[in-house]
Amino acid sequence: MQLFIEQLLNGVAMGSIYALITLGLALVYGILRILHIAHAAIYTVGAYVGLFLFKLSGSLIIGVAGSMVFCALLGVGIERFVYYPLLKYPPYVPLIGSIAVMLAIEELCRLVAGPQILTFQAVLPFPQFQIGGITVSSTLTAVYCITALVLLLLWYITSKTELGLAMRAVSQDIPIADAMGINSHLIVSLTFAIGSAIAAVAGSLVGIYYNQVYPTMGTVPAYKTLALIVVGGLGSVPGAVVASLLLGVAETLLIGYANIPLPRDALAFIAMIAVLMWRSEGLLGSR
Amino acid sequence: MNAYLITIATLICINAIVACGLNVIVGFAGQISLGHAAFFGIGAYSAALLATKAGLSFWAALPLVVVITALIGLLLGLPSLRVKEDFLAITTIGINFIVEAIFLYIPFFGGALGIGGIPRIMLFGVRLKGLTFFLLCLFFLLLVLAFCWWFSRSWGGLACFALREEESAAASMGISPVRFKLLAFVIGTAMAGLGGALYAHYIRFISATDFSFPVSVLLLSIVVLGGMGTLWGPVVGAVILGALPEVFRPLVDYRFLFYMLLLLLMIRYQPAGLLGEGSMVHRVFSLLLPEGKK
Repeated sequence: MQLFIEQLLNGVAMGSIYALITLGLALVYGILRILHIAHAAIYTVGAYVGLFLFKLSGSLIIGVAGSMVFCALLGVGIERFVYYPLLKYPPYVPLIGSIAVMLAIEELCRLVAGPQILTFQAVLPFPQFQIGGITVSSTLTAVYCITALVLLLLWYITSKTELGLAMRAVSQDIPIADAMGINSHLIVSLTFAIGSAIAAVAGSLVGIYYNQVYPTMGTVPAYKTLALIVVGGLGSVPGAVVASLLLGVAETLLIGYANIPLPRDALAFIAMIAVLMWRSEGLLGSR
Repeated sequence: MNAYLITIATLICINAIVACGLNVIVGFAGQISLGHAAFFGIGAYSAALLATKAGLSFWAALPLVVVITALIGLLLGLPSLRVKEDFLAITTIGINFIVEAIFLYIPFFGGALGIGGIPRIMLFGVRLKGLTFFLLCLFFLLLVLAFCWWFSRSWGGLACFALREEESAAASMGISPVRFKLLAFVIGTAMAGLGGALYAHYIRFISATDFSFPVSVLLLSIVVLGGMGTLWGPVVGAVILGALPEVFRPLVDYRFLFYMLLLLLMIRYQPAGLLGEGSMVHRVFSLLLPEGKK
């Protein structure tokens, strides 16, 4: 029982991390209908910049905050240079552009920082808990708290502020939003900035969680998060979060208890194809 | 010609055959697929298993390989019919990952070790290698191109074009979307099977990573670069993307980055590809040729 609860806690942490990476993707899909695979490259850059600034300044807060700013600018840059001019073409055109950006950024990371695995040794300023013989480490506490905070902030921004109202308007219909006096391109850029900043947090957090930062760390998340936004319902942020948490728990428990012959990374895609066949609009999607 | 150039030319030929198949699916029928390497792999693995475990010759196994790959293409094409555009792209990525995982984790397919010891192809008692193997690949490529040319002019091809342009309009004209999408899928995967069989007998050692997702990206890049839906596009794309790594050889470590930046600039400024409608080459040719010709 104790082992089960520990597995469950780890699974929820795993799912929280997936959720942080998937959020940006779901936001971008919701507003531009683009499969933003390069989002995972932004997450890798986030880990590198966070680590670099942390080593330079010795402060984790400066590291993560700087990484968020850098990644937000990078995300807006990709949106302005690659996606926006390609919106008028069929969806596979921006998709291929996105894959090219993703692989180019991965290569850049390898060339700049080297192919080796860097360690990210930082102590997260979060308490450790001990409840009935089960220890919740400070890293786990940090993952839960940061995810909850990001989700809360995002919920507040999208549902309580004027920016959120504008974001929802643009995601429904860009020309109509423009006609209502919303600067839709600015809103799209801000959405990219928010999503990319969250990816930076996720990258730094994963770097610390596994104590590893390397150029291809975004490869598996790049494709897994695509499956997650489909399972959650394309463009649905709550759906993406629910799907991420479910996958995190399912992966951890299946690895711990069931002897499946397939690797855990294939699980997300099997779940995705099952969901597509059974409920093609996704768990929380509406279409 | 030295052996090195022949090796590159042979691989370009095989890539072009597989890309022609992808072009039928993506360019002719408008069905985006990011999992084509899976079918390339299914062709290669079935050829390798038929040769090493069943002891069949290449020529006896080839029809079987093509039929097996096309049947699996038909089977996996069915769920893809329920989904469109973005969903389809992700579903095909998923198919690629699952197929790769099956090759990698099931001992029957050699697991992580792959399958080695695939024999060379015999023709009239001659072992094909080097130049003769290249000529065989070239022969198959020409065959595939001839088929594509014929298909693009047949009723089935025209039906696929109509579906690509406007599915509901085509359906209202009595063209069954299910039937012709599946037809394109079967033809495309059969060509991938042929390419896979040639690849297995040429490299003679295959493993699951040879058919992973990046290979699908490469294949789609070939089709996009050359010009989707054109006859010669996949060949032009395969030649360019096959020759570029050699041209960029002096760049050593920066090669892949250049490659990707080139693809990015291409998709940014020439999304229709080199030979597609509205591209530079296309515009130059329409200026040169008098009206009424294309």
